[in-house]
Amino acid sequence: MDILSAFLTGLPATLEQGLIYAVLALGIMITYTILDFPDLTVDGSFPLGGVVTISLLLEGWHPLLALLAAALAGALAGLATGLIHVKMKVRDLFSGIIVMTALYSINLRIASGSALLNVRGTATTLFRNNPVANALPKEAANLILLVVIVLALKFLLDWFFTTRSGYLLRAVGDNDRVVTALARDKGNVKIAGLVIANSLVALSGAVFSQHLRMFEVGMGAGTLVLGLASVIIGITLFKRAQKVKQTTAVIIGSLLYKASVSLAIACGLAPGDMKLVTAALFLGILAMGRIKGKEKKHAGS
Amino acid sequence: MLEVKSLHKVYNPGTVREMCLFEDFSLNIGEHQFVSVVGSNGSGKTSLLNILCGSIPVEGGQVLMDGEDITNQKEHVRNRRIGRIHQNPAMGTCAGMTILENLSLSDNKTKRMGLKQGTDKNRVAAYKQLLAPLGLGLEDMLNARCGSLSGGQRQALALVMATLTPVDFLILDEHTAALDPKTAETIMKLTDRVVREKNLTTIMVTHNLRYALEYGDRLLMMHKGGVVLDKQGADKQKLRIEDLLGMFNSISIECGN
Repeated sequence: MDILSAFLTGLPATLEQGLIYAVLALGIMITYTILDFPDLTVDGSFPLGGVVTISLLLEGWHPLLALLAAALAGALAGLATGLIHVKMKVRDLFSGIIVMTALYSINLRIASGSALLNVRGTATTLFRNNPVANALPKEAANLILLVVIVLALKFLLDWFFTTRSGYLLRAVGDNDRVVTALARDKGNVKIAGLVIANSLVALSGAVFSQHLRMFEVGMGAGTLVLGLASVIIGITLFKRAQKVKQTTAVIIGSLLYKASVSLAIACGLAPGDMKLVTAALFLGILAMGRIKGKEKKHAGS
Repeated sequence: MLEVKSLHKVYNPGTVREMCLFEDFSLNIGEHQFVSVVGSNGSGKTSLLNILCGSIPVEGGQVLMDGEDITNQKEHVRNRRIGRIHQNPAMGTCAGMTILENLSLSDNKTKRMGLKQGTDKNRVAAYKQLLAPLGLGLEDMLNARCGSLSGGQRQALALVMATLTPVDFLILDEHTAALDPKTAETIMKLTDRVVREKNLTTIMVTHNLRYALEYGDRLLMMHKGGVVLDKQGADKQKLRIEDLLGMFNSISIECGN
């Protein structure tokens, strides 16, 4: 019962984190499941979003503008990876690693050399000291705001995938020959996908930082694995349910992933063991997926 | 009109596996001509198609489209005027997308991409009208994913997609080879009808000598990067399958097969 009560006490925080990482997972869904691109850029673009948003809050920017700026910074990171991969023909994994490595220093630069930035509790963030947050019941304000953000992004993405550009993005991951046949440069479509994905990842990092009112230079370590775990849990669970949109599956995957990690901690593991739990969980899911029969790869892709 | 002039193509240049395929190879394909190309493996048929479409680079020579030098033009740019169907039916469609989405994609080929709705609901009736004459029932399953279709259905859809927007050239790369004989026959008839209706300049590579004789108005036999037989019009009609087979065999014996 101790385990259960510990888990339940932590549940609101777990849900909040799950929702924040759901935004990250939506970004990784685009690179991993749609573009089939193992994009390590995210380990740098997640903290990039954090440092941009916190620096701007410290400058007195409006929290929403600070989010937007973070997303734009993430878009630039995605653009860099895309250009390196497509125009300079560097392997996908290496392109991401190069930009991720560079971003570590860039993030420190943006933070003027400090590894830790804090925003005071009295400052205006998305979750505090603004008219909307003040109007909401105090205990549920964070959760409500996060649900709104995640749902808004989910519906935006769902809509995007039904547009002409969205079709093209889906096509390039599915069978890039079709994109070439449509007289479109498949490389440019890939770059666009990386731009969108990394702006979502940076946005997630920005929300994360506004939530905790801090940026820490190491906060990006393991971002890809964490996001991938969420994506794969969601997609594996809803593989047979054609009616469930992939975006919904991924959001639920993120919530479940966070719940499993906090359950493991409630069982007595130290918070420091979290990465180990993540790794074990991720391995478990992958192995399970293997046993159930790996999803068929489409020919020609 | 498609033309290649004194083409040079070398595979694996500078290595021990260096292989010169085309050496000063020239070919002219007239406007609205339907050319079937036969030849043994390694004779250069598919390489020729890849060179025309810009899928592989050349070491020398020129590729001309209606007199314009397109040797260095990128593949996707050439595709504005070219429709191509591959041997593997999976290559022409997106497996994870529905028939309707695939058709919509092709329909947007000449349009600006942007954020307009991918599928134009007003076009659905027109799509059904295009699919119905195929006789494969595709018009009743617009929302089925292409990955769930049979090879013949996917190839038929690929044909419709490749010619949905106006193109001038159709490139067929053994497009019936992976299909069962009956489906192959259906697809071949469909192809012929589309080519005639749209007046397309067509190059069809095939291993089926009968198709090469029956369809098209010019026949080429290729061997070791050269054309060893080129018949058109009345001359082509006089050709019999035995003649072709005889020639094919003599070539093969020469190669030691």
